[in-house]
Amino acid sequence: MDTVADKQKREDSLNGVGCSRKRKEDARFIQGKGNYTDDIKMPGMLFADMVRSPYAHARIISINTEKALALPGVHAVLTAADLKPLNLHWMPTLAGDVQAVLADEKVHFQYQEVALVVADDRYIAADAIDLVEVEYEELPVLVDPHKAMTAEAPILREDLVGKMEGAHSTRKHDNHIFNWQAGEKDATDRVFDAAEVTVSQDMVYHRVHPCPLETCGCVASMDKINGKLTVYLTSQAPHVVRTVVSMLSGLPESSVRIVSPDIGGGFGNKVGIYPGYVASIVASIVLGVPVKWVEDRMENISTTAFARDYHMRGELAADSNGIIKALRVNVLADHGAFDSCADPSKFPAGFMHICTGSYDIPVAHLNVDGVYTNKAPGGVSYRCSFRVTEAVYVIERTMDVLAQKLGIDKAEIRRRNFVKKEQFPYTTCLGFELDSGDYHTALEKVLDAVDYKGLRREQEEKRANGELMGIGLVTFTEVVGAGPSKSCDILGVGMFDSAEIRVHPTGSVMARMGTITQGQGHQTTYAQIIASELGITSDEIAIEEGDTDTSPYGLGTYGSRSTPVGGAATAVAARKIKAKAKKIAAHLLEVSEDDLEWEVDRFKVKGVPGQEKTMKDIAWAAYNNVPEGMEPGLEAVDYYDPPNFTFPFGAYLCVVDIDKDTGVTDIRRFYALDDCGTRINPMIIDGQIHGGLTEGYAVAMGQEMPYDEEGNLLGNTLMDYFLPTFVETPKWETDYTVTPSPHHPIGAKGVAESPHVGSIPTFTSAMVDAFAHLDVTHMDMPHNAYRVWKQIKALGLLDN
Amino acid sequence: MIPSCFEYHKATSIADAIAKLQDNEDAKLLAGGHSLLPMMKLRFSEAPYLVDINGIEGLKGISIDGDTITIGAMTTESELIRSDILQQYCPLLVEAAKLVADPQVRNKGTIGGDVAHGDPGNDHPAVMLALDAQLVIHGPDGERMIPANGFFLGTYWTALEEYEILVAIKVPALTSGTGHGYHKLKRKTGDYAVAGSAVVVEMNGDVVRDIRIGLTNVAPMAIRAEAAEDLIRGKRVDDVLLKAVEKAIVAACDPAVDLRGDEEYKSHMAAIMARRSIIQAIENAKE
Amino acid sequence: MAKQAVSFTLNGKTVDVLVEPRELLIHTLRENLNQTGAHIGCETSHCGVCTVDIDGESVKSCTLLTVQTAGSDVKSVEGMATADGLHVIQQAFVDEHGLQCGFCTPGMLMRAYRFLQENPDPNDEEIRWGMSGNLCRCTGYQNIINAVRTAAKNLQQA
Ligand SMILES: Cc1cc2nc3c(=O)[nH]c(=O)nc-3n(C[C@H](O)[C@H](O)[C@H](O)COP(=O)(O)OP(=O)(O)OC[C@H]3O[C@@H](n4cnc5c(N)ncnc54)[C@H](O)[C@@H]3O)c2cc1C
Ligand code: FES
Ligand code: FES
Repeated sequence: MDTVADKQKREDSLNGVGCSRKRKEDARFIQGKGNYTDDIKMPGMLFADMVRSPYAHARIISINTEKALALPGVHAVLTAADLKPLNLHWMPTLAGDVQAVLADEKVHFQYQEVALVVADDRYIAADAIDLVEVEYEELPVLVDPHKAMTAEAPILREDLVGKMEGAHSTRKHDNHIFNWQAGEKDATDRVFDAAEVTVSQDMVYHRVHPCPLETCGCVASMDKINGKLTVYLTSQAPHVVRTVVSMLSGLPESSVRIVSPDIGGGFGNKVGIYPGYVASIVASIVLGVPVKWVEDRMENISTTAFARDYHMRGELAADSNGIIKALRVNVLADHGAFDSCADPSKFPAGFMHICTGSYDIPVAHLNVDGVYTNKAPGGVSYRCSFRVTEAVYVIERTMDVLAQKLGIDKAEIRRRNFVKKEQFPYTTCLGFELDSGDYHTALEKVLDAVDYKGLRREQEEKRANGELMGIGLVTFTEVVGAGPSKSCDILGVGMFDSAEIRVHPTGSVMARMGTITQGQGHQTTYAQIIASELGITSDEIAIEEGDTDTSPYGLGTYGSRSTPVGGAATAVAARKIKAKAKKIAAHLLEVSEDDLEWEVDRFKVKGVPGQEKTMKDIAWAAYNNVPEGMEPGLEAVDYYDPPNFTFPFGAYLCVVDIDKDTGVTDIRRFYALDDCGTRINPMIIDGQIHGGLTEGYAVAMGQEMPYDEEGNLLGNTLMDYFLPTFVETPKWETDYTVTPSPHHPIGAKGVAESPHVGSIPTFTSAMVDAFAHLDVTHMDMPHNAYRVWKQIKALGLLDN
Repeated sequence: MIPSCFEYHKATSIADAIAKLQDNEDAKLLAGGHSLLPMMKLRFSEAPYLVDINGIEGLKGISIDGDTITIGAMTTESELIRSDILQQYCPLLVEAAKLVADPQVRNKGTIGGDVAHGDPGNDHPAVMLALDAQLVIHGPDGERMIPANGFFLGTYWTALEEYEILVAIKVPALTSGTGHGYHKLKRKTGDYAVAGSAVVVEMNGDVVRDIRIGLTNVAPMAIRAEAAEDLIRGKRVDDVLLKAVEKAIVAACDPAVDLRGDEEYKSHMAAIMARRSIIQAIENAKE
Repeated sequence: MAKQAVSFTLNGKTVDVLVEPRELLIHTLRENLNQTGAHIGCETSHCGVCTVDIDGESVKSCTLLTVQTAGSDVKSVEGMATADGLHVIQQAFVDEHGLQCGFCTPGMLMRAYRFLQENPDPNDEEIRWGMSGNLCRCTGYQNIINAVRTAAKNLQQA
């Protein structure tokens, strides 16, 4: 039986790393047996609904709750006055600021939380919020971040007046939050002054919302008899929520249990801790019964977690051959009324300093100022690592502008500036150590696949006929897998992640992780990692996440960190088990460990056919026949603190045709090549890429959160907020190269966010390209028909 | 998003429905509910009493008698799309219905509700204008029939009087030498029109004997582009004429500004949609 | 407001509920009857995650009053699988990786169930049009289209 075929058969039966294993989690979802937060029902549960401000900036003169309280079925109406004695009317944000739980004297943005109504059911609660009478005195509104630090700007945060030492820097103005810089300013300026060629491009990365199909919500349940608070909530980071809830409530962490049940998509929306959660927890503590709060879609878009709103200037200095000499990036960041960005503590602008991209840039300087405006707080990473989307956008856009100025093809200018394969690991001038990459191969593969030269020829013909066709090209590098705890923490907790694996006597496995899936398929892929490491079929490996009472502490799932960090912890924990297993095998086979070799699912005595112990044999022995002095059992825990980030990359190309009459764009072709290192499950990777590309398409082509001058958010239902349907969504073509991460235990880099990060500038690149022969260098998103038509008209291209 | 309280009555006949409207102040008819219920859920609209007309026999269905097609008010968009009679004798309604909302909404939304609601964003009103439809209305004083032209008076405002019910719509069957077209620009599937235009032409060889152009969502209500029609009537259509027609249409528009676009864009899009519909209509008049 | 008694058939069984006239079917299904397969995503009839099948048509149950369903035959995702196992369409969604977070899936499945009866042999463009009342934020639709196509093929062979 000891044949190659047998070995292959055993290997295949593991369903391990590299196979397109069908998903373990699907069975419950396709039968309507998912368990999402709003599906949870508890005895005696009440329903909460939020009274919100119609104004963006106003003083609260009075709140009258009498009529609401008089409505049968209403149990309580909480306002800031009720939370004040508990010191819970304000809460700390993840970014070192504070945020009002329920508005305290003032409202700072439209739809801000003012009062929480708790009633028998959601119908009565909805009626009651209309009965809460709030009298406001309107104040001048600040909408434009460019005006935030002017002398005339109204001061928004009266609670911070005089406190000029902010969490991240000294504040220059009452509406200023922080200044953050990376790189060398003077050296960069000198290169710019002396450069043969420089380009500068202003661009707005507009405010958008992640908008998963499930909104945010929670069920808070205070068990007064046992002194235990249980909160089911839609959280991408349940352990962090537990720590914060413990700090806020004064309950020991052991008396707080946070459970993230099934999550209907996160995309960054479910990282934060929202007033609705805190107010519901208070309501449950006060009333002693479970309280459910689930936001509706308008509340979701208007209040929980916008993304982006970066007003950027990208500048490049180069020689006449297009070789880059320096990069300068300036950002004005609109953070809304409270700084509740979810970034690692030391990085108020996230990893914006990955803005050197895939290029060998000698010197650079990045300057970011964050300001307050009368808009909802947020600043989350919408399907990307912290501000990486913005960084990739600014460098890729500015590269195109440089290419255009020099008359060099977009692909060629990238080739000339790429960090070369042999330069890795490569330390960027802004301080990242890129772990591995092969940018040239990726780019050429894409250009060949689409016949790039042929497309350019076609474009020339079309232009001659007055038709608009654009080709977009982007070669991005992402930074994911936050992160090494020497530089990354959230509220002081290092950004490690964890895995705890138990092998049962009969050789099946139970593993628990500190991350939490929201559709990425952790139950499937973590099991594949363990299967390959331990030689146990993944079908016998159960994965659990999301319950802080049972799973080890972890920082959660966002920023593509599950595979780079949680996946690494899983592999390392499995290896700890394997090391112990080897000792047991040596004992059972009465040889020294050095005489053993591993093959798929067993240890064999080298050179002695038939002398072997399978992992199953070893698991059984672990509970009854271990070497003297060894503890019985076969389990391990690993808290993995990554030595570095991982740096997935890719090359994307997009072809668009634009209807001059209407401004309507047809995405004719989109070709996405991704390199995420080792590929754990190609089926899931493809699915993640399709999804990320579709979200990128939505952001680039339609999503927007426009505010009028009074600070009213226009368009907060799915009528206006653009979620593409089956009909608009382009057909995606995917491809890959594999350049493993040298420092990750299995070489995996993370994938789910690259397609979002990479596709957005690709769409803009294509749109601008359609007008590039008319000297257009940039067009701000979203590239909806209306805005594109305005561009066509401004260029005098309309027929009449 | 929960409506406020109301009473509900499932009407058994048109007379019963009218009586309930009369007996209950501010009562509203419930047809497909796909305009009414969303508005009530957002509490833009509050009705203390709903009269459900889904159970009334005879309000549904499509029939043809000579050259007149009669469509019951409670006929759903999906039923319009599936109708062989319409496919053969009035394909304009099929094409327009396919551009309304999405499959689920089309299963509930009715042509009568779409017309009676008076929403300038709805697609059928402009189609009714182009088809020169007749609207059959029942009220406390019996039945009356009025032309669609003149029915749409403003946003959520029609010629329907208090307690009246739209029971049927009559449209002419297409004859040889007639052609039609509907074009709608929208941001995504399921959205109301940025602008839309329904066109019916009667050709005499190469010459347009008569034309009706209805416009969607570019004024407080669906409108006829009469000045543009005058330019075309009796002419051969060429590029020069179409340019003039486009200008006339732009001038006729008075759209509300929203995220779909400003006045300029919407008016120009109405002109483009009309041009496309005119070309299509002339094309299929030849068939 | 006085509650009304309403009876309808849900997945083949008669159910009786007592509801206010304003109660929406999605809430009756989820809260009253504990059938939480159909979800709530937008509440404005745009997303389709609340889709159920009523008297042979796909309907968004967030925009329907429960009192309107009196006497109707309602099917929800919970009724798709039988004692013999998964429905062909459910299996196709697993095989083609047509779901990720699963939130849109019950509505998608119910719509696909009806769509494939309306059009048993659709091409990709027809699938896109016929399914356009259901949004998904995770999959980018491509694998759902594959799943519907695969299901169509398998249903025809069955
Ligand atoms: C997501 C979504 C997208 C949509 N997109 C479009 C679109 O693209 N194009 C489009 O045209 N529509 C669209 N609609 C609207 C939809 O077509 C509605 O169904 C239609 O406008 C109203 O028809 P209804 O039968 O649902 O009427 P209801 O909502 O029941 O009634 C609407 C109003 O008309 C009154 N009414 C109804 N029937 C009668 C009658 N017979 N006599 C007198 N009064 C009556 C009612 O009292 C009510 O005031 C959309 C709706 C939704 C939810
Ligand atoms: S919740 Fe019903 S369509 Fe979105
Ligand atoms: S699978 Fe998540 S919304 Fe479709």
